[in-house]
Amino acid sequence: MDYLSLASIFCATFAVAFGAIGPALAEGRAVAAAMEAIARQPDAANAISRTLFVGLAMIETTAIYCLVIALLLLFANPLLG
Amino acid sequence: MNSPLDSNVLFQFGPVPITQAIVTTWVIMAILVIGAFVLTRRLDLRPTRRQAALELLVATLDTQITETTGATPAPYRGFIGTLFIFILAANWSSLVPGIDPPTAQLETDAGLAVLVFLSVIWFGIRAGGVGGWLRTFAAPNPVMIPLNILESLTRVFSMFVRLFGNVMSGVFVIGIVASLAGLLVPIPLMALDLLTGLVQAYIFAVLAMVFITSAVEDGTRTPPLTNHSHSKTNKET
Repeated sequence: MDYLSLASIFCATFAVAFGAIGPALAEGRAVAAAMEAIARQPDAANAISRTLFVGLAMIETTAIYCLVIALLLLFANPLLG
Repeated sequence: MNSPLDSNVLFQFGPVPITQAIVTTWVIMAILVIGAFVLTRRLDLRPTRRQAALELLVATLDTQITETTGATPAPYRGFIGTLFIFILAANWSSLVPGIDPPTAQLETDAGLAVLVFLSVIWFGIRAGGVGGWLRTFAAPNPVMIPLNILESLTRVFSMFVRLFGNVMSGVFVIGIVASLAGLLVPIPLMALDLLTGLVQAYIFAVLAMVFITSAVEDGTRTPPLTNHSHSKTNKET
């Protein structure tokens, strides 16, 4: 196995691994804030959870960008030909 | 394991390869169009149960459009509603055994994103004329022109990658889990996938709506206005 494919595999795993850290922290913060808001104002739970879901999906997208990059490296690597 | 970036060619139609995603897309389109046609026959002032359900759907779409952007829903209902319902149907088409959602392929999402890009231009020109639309690139001042042009491309690209990545990763993960552990294990992931599909369809429609209204508002606003009157133009458009 040549160095390019080795490097691609390593970079793909690192992209997913480190790319998941930021969104994980961010989603934790978002859910914690939403919990607090719902505990204070149970009437607004519907609006809060709707916004929360949209926000979570937005945050999750950053992790999914990393996944797309990793899959590009593994399956559609232009350097490996 | 097959690459999620390749598409599965079923047969050749002359020089055009017909993939599974295209067939699924056309089937969904046919179902939606014929369904809408059949369901909207014999509309009445005293709604039947079927008509009441349809009106509920349209009213929900209208409320969402008004709540997220403050615009009157009538000019945008058709485009945004179709976008939402089509993406939702496409994402949930994975419920049918043997069918991959067409939104898990690059081409479908790229097509949808190009549609949004063109509709932003179309609605922007229709609201403010060509001059008004070109002026949106010079907001808030002409220094921002290159950045605004770049932004109008990158935000559409990011919509495209977001929809593709989310749906494709769902399919991919279910494929991996199903190949590792048998029958019932992927079911919770599939349920999560349904939720993701709904949320992504909602996000795609809302983002398209936000981009369109921002082009419309910037195009119709007269130059010396400040942010203070923003809410006013918001209600007028």
